[in-house]
Amino acid sequence: MITFDGVTKRYPDGTVAVDDLSLEVPTGEITVFVGPSGCGKTTSLRMINRMIDPSGGRILLDGVDVTTIDPPTLRRGIGYVIQQAGLFPHRKIVDNVATVPYLLGWDKKKARARAMELLERVGLDLRLAERYPFQLSGGQQQRVGVARALAADPPVLLMDEPFSAVDPIVRASLQEELLRLQAELNKTIVFVTHDIDEAIKLGDRVAVLRVGGRLAQLADPATLLAEPADDFVREFLGRDRGIRRLSFVPGDGLRLRGDLTVPVSAEVSSVRGTAEAWLVVVGDDGGPLGWIAPKDLPDSGTLAEVPAAPYGTFVRGRDSLRSALDAALLSPSGNAVAVDGSGRVVGVATREALDEALARVADGARG
Amino acid sequence: MNWLIDFFGDAANWSGPDGIPLRVLEHLVFAGLSLLLAVVLAVPLGLWIGHTGKGAVLVVLSANAARALPTLGLLVLVVLLMGVGTIAPVLIPLVALAVPPILVNTYEGIRGVDPELRDAAYGMGLRGRQVLGGVLVPVALPLILLGMRTAAIQVVATATVAAYVGLGGLGRYIIDGLATKDYPRAIGGAVLVAALALAVQGLFALVQRISVSPGVSGRQRIR
Repeated sequence: MITFDGVTKRYPDGTVAVDDLSLEVPTGEITVFVGPSGCGKTTSLRMINRMIDPSGGRILLDGVDVTTIDPPTLRRGIGYVIQQAGLFPHRKIVDNVATVPYLLGWDKKKARARAMELLERVGLDLRLAERYPFQLSGGQQQRVGVARALAADPPVLLMDEPFSAVDPIVRASLQEELLRLQAELNKTIVFVTHDIDEAIKLGDRVAVLRVGGRLAQLADPATLLAEPADDFVREFLGRDRGIRRLSFVPGDGLRLRGDLTVPVSAEVSSVRGTAEAWLVVVGDDGGPLGWIAPKDLPDSGTLAEVPAAPYGTFVRGRDSLRSALDAALLSPSGNAVAVDGSGRVVGVATREALDEALARVADGARG
Repeated sequence: MNWLIDFFGDAANWSGPDGIPLRVLEHLVFAGLSLLLAVVLAVPLGLWIGHTGKGAVLVVLSANAARALPTLGLLVLVVLLMGVGTIAPVLIPLVALAVPPILVNTYEGIRGVDPELRDAAYGMGLRGRQVLGGVLVPVALPLILLGMRTAAIQVVATATVAAYVGLGGLGRYIIDGLATKDYPRAIGGAVLVAALALAVQGLFALVQRISVSPGVSGRQRIR
């Protein structure tokens, strides 16, 4: 656990970067520091590994004041990932990753073996190991940066806007990768970003800082979206706060109807009489094929010959209410197709069911 | 062209105390010693001010001012003060000539390393000396070597002044040749100096190729 105890950073010219910051970063969780530029988020992060020393207050790492530890020794026990990866251009990728093990005096063979293991772990082709950083793309370099930070298996990882210099698609995949890694490794991670969406996606807890280095709110993402502490936080969270909140509401609560499906092998004649406006056609493998409107069907033949309209699905038990709503909006019927983990249809969430679920969320927000 | 054949074709010019091999050797001793002294003085100083940022402005300004020193004038001054007889009088002006480019390039090379890289190095837990030796120097090496190469070429070309104060080296041919209107000899000396400068340039290209990481020079192609 990392504890900020009344931490202040005041520069000799009087600028206050961090003002009386007190918070706890729980072990094994991702805590995100987010805020506009000048809010002291990076300064706060850099005080943990003594890249900057506080001018007041204390930072405790598992109860020990970090300023009592010699900086290089402290830093070798804390993973550090920065924006441009900061790889050493003159060293091969594998040696970059092995930097801290080398510093800790591991023998070369063991350090390199560990580096290879980590490259694999962060999803990099092992053929890249013998290359130099300039031969890698920005996204690959950033993965190497993460591998390097993890090399000596530190319990704490500090990440300073690590994904902000890559394009949105690569960023999204790096974020997924981090969440996947964290599920395996359970590190104590402090992550700094100016991107509130990134904070909400990655954080177990999010600390919103305001200019001048004051803590505006510390909460889990769902609470932050539902109950912003003040106008600053509300404004910083931006538009669509209500919709985004649905990402944290499980889709499991949706009432499903099982009677709106029809197998693709069925005869048209067996379906034409139904009162339902839309039915979802299910393939032989149990997966959805699309929507049909019974009243528009031809006179004869099987459903396989009928063109089906597009559809959207959500995975029951995994996806959020937001995904279900999205799926409904992709279907002409306005209903969302629920599937299981292997893509087999388990039912249909109708507009009415979605409406009930949304009403429950709205009730929660009122209470 | 005939003059060159006159000079280089004469067997008498290839042996004895005034022969080409000995003159080249003398020249190389003056240039090599001066360069070595300059490197020993300027590289550590350049590394230190580049790494710590202390005294940078002062040192770089004085180094640039030193470039304006006339080598020949300095040589005469040193001879007046120290007298002739040793090779010290010629080494001092040559070292003064070689120090500024080495010092300025070393300093600029270290200082010019991406601050993110420096930050990452400290953040990984490297100590100050490890950051300098393990990261900053390898990354700045092309620039540091460029400073040395510039200095080496200047020194090789300028070591001819040794002849003014009665010492050997290739300057002998030029000065003696001009004094006795033996133009083949003067031009032959000049050609030798130029050839030596080119050889030094080639040597540094080789050193650069061996010592600079392919990751810094960008030489290694993507397979």
